[in-house]
Amino acid sequence: MKTPVQFRLNDQPVAVFVDGGDNLLTALRDGVGDVTPKFGCGQGACGACTVIVEGEPRLACITLAEACEGARVETLAGLRRGPDLHPLQSAFMEHFAAQCGFCTPGMIMAAKALLDRNPRPSREEVVEAIAGNICRCTGYEPIIEAILAAAASARRY
Amino acid sequence: MSRHRGRGMASINYPIGMNLGGDPSQALVHSNPSGKFTVALSSIDLGQGMKQVTRQICAETLGIPIEDVFVDTADSDTGPHCMGSFASRGTHRAGNAVLAAAREARGVLLEAAAEELEVDPGDLETDGRGTIRVRGAPGKSITVKEAAQAGQFKQGRTIAGRGIFLVPLSPVDPETGEMSPATCYAHAAMVAEVEVDDETGVVTVVRLDSAYELGRALNPRMVEQQLVGGAWMGVSHALYETPEPYYPDPKAGGRDFVEYLMPGPGDIAPHDIAVLERPAPDGPYGGKGPGEMCANPVIPAVANAIFDAVGVRMDTLPITPEKVLRALKAQGGARPQHRAGR
Repeated sequence: MKTPVQFRLNDQPVAVFVDGGDNLLTALRDGVGDVTPKFGCGQGACGACTVIVEGEPRLACITLAEACEGARVETLAGLRRGPDLHPLQSAFMEHFAAQCGFCTPGMIMAAKALLDRNPRPSREEVVEAIAGNICRCTGYEPIIEAILAAAASARRY
Repeated sequence: MSRHRGRGMASINYPIGMNLGGDPSQALVHSNPSGKFTVALSSIDLGQGMKQVTRQICAETLGIPIEDVFVDTADSDTGPHCMGSFASRGTHRAGNAVLAAAREARGVLLEAAAEELEVDPGDLETDGRGTIRVRGAPGKSITVKEAAQAGQFKQGRTIAGRGIFLVPLSPVDPETGEMSPATCYAHAAMVAEVEVDDETGVVTVVRLDSAYELGRALNPRMVEQQLVGGAWMGVSHALYETPEPYYPDPKAGGRDFVEYLMPGPGDIAPHDIAVLERPAPDGPYGGKGPGEMCANPVIPAVANAIFDAVGVRMDTLPITPEKVLRALKAQGGARPQHRAGR
């Protein structure tokens, strides 16, 4: 039997019908059609599905959809404001922090959760914030540099 | 019980492309009525930058802005044939095919422009910003867009080009075993510094220093990024990841990201890279490309550094703490190879 779940996705109200055991990733990708969170491992080990729930980074693949009733959920799809990229997105471009791009949505959301609560993190804090996210291509260094650069940029967001 | 530092080096001579029945790649370039150009390729971009590099090669050859070139690698069923994105061959093979196709398309573009300007095509030059001019007569010019439209709607010309780059099969000499598997080689040298804990067997890569010679770096930022990322993968091959830890026994392999170990952002080492550019005579604008070479030298350099640190020769991968401890036990403890006080 399907259950209705309502929550706020990137400041917009959404409603989806889910099965009892459905996770948030399935609800977002198949229910809402927001495919920016990626399905990597389905067991909370790779970070590609990272979204922000009530200000905290969450692995959408191991978060029950029904547990998000009434919650504020943020995904990469909500970062861009009109034609302007989010400072993290610009920094990822400028620092060549993506190759194949599959980890990028999760990396950026993990970084956003960090900067939202700690706008000027140290390198160690950046490393800790993305420690649950696997990247195969970049060797992490460009990603760490991009996040530090976004934090240092004076632009408000 | 202590931690030992060691330093190891490796250098490589790396063939670009392969030799299994001939190694061809094809490309097609054509203009659309707006004066922009499409490159059709079956060479897939895995994130290493194939699209960007072939786009640069096409724009440079046509003499038009890079924004006016679109690279379409959408479908290897319907696109022109390519052997594939492997063997470190992308920049060299696909790049050369694009170069040839863009040269042919440029010839037709200049013919169309010459017909409109009533001059000889040999007297025309491109300014790289979308205009075709008569050499020595700056006032006499036509835009690429106007020439493309005239070609299509007035003259009935397809402003297009075909390109193939083939390295033919090099047969093996039955007497000597000799063959020539590649037309050019890239080179690298890598120094790895490690710390080996003789109590836990854990090996930590402390820093990497490398020099890569890869022809002309067609996009230096992307080359650097590929070398940084590739070295990380090399460290991972050397110390962490394997699908079959007890090879040839297939059991006990990691089947998911929880069991299949890879270094994370906290495990990376500082890496200084020098890129040496010696343009390859048969490379597109001299390019050979970093390719797989960016991961390869790390592995022997790390193994040599472990030997330098504790005196054990590790000859199976990955070099896990368990293997290091067994080797140290068999040897009767750590035997640093270098003199103290280095």
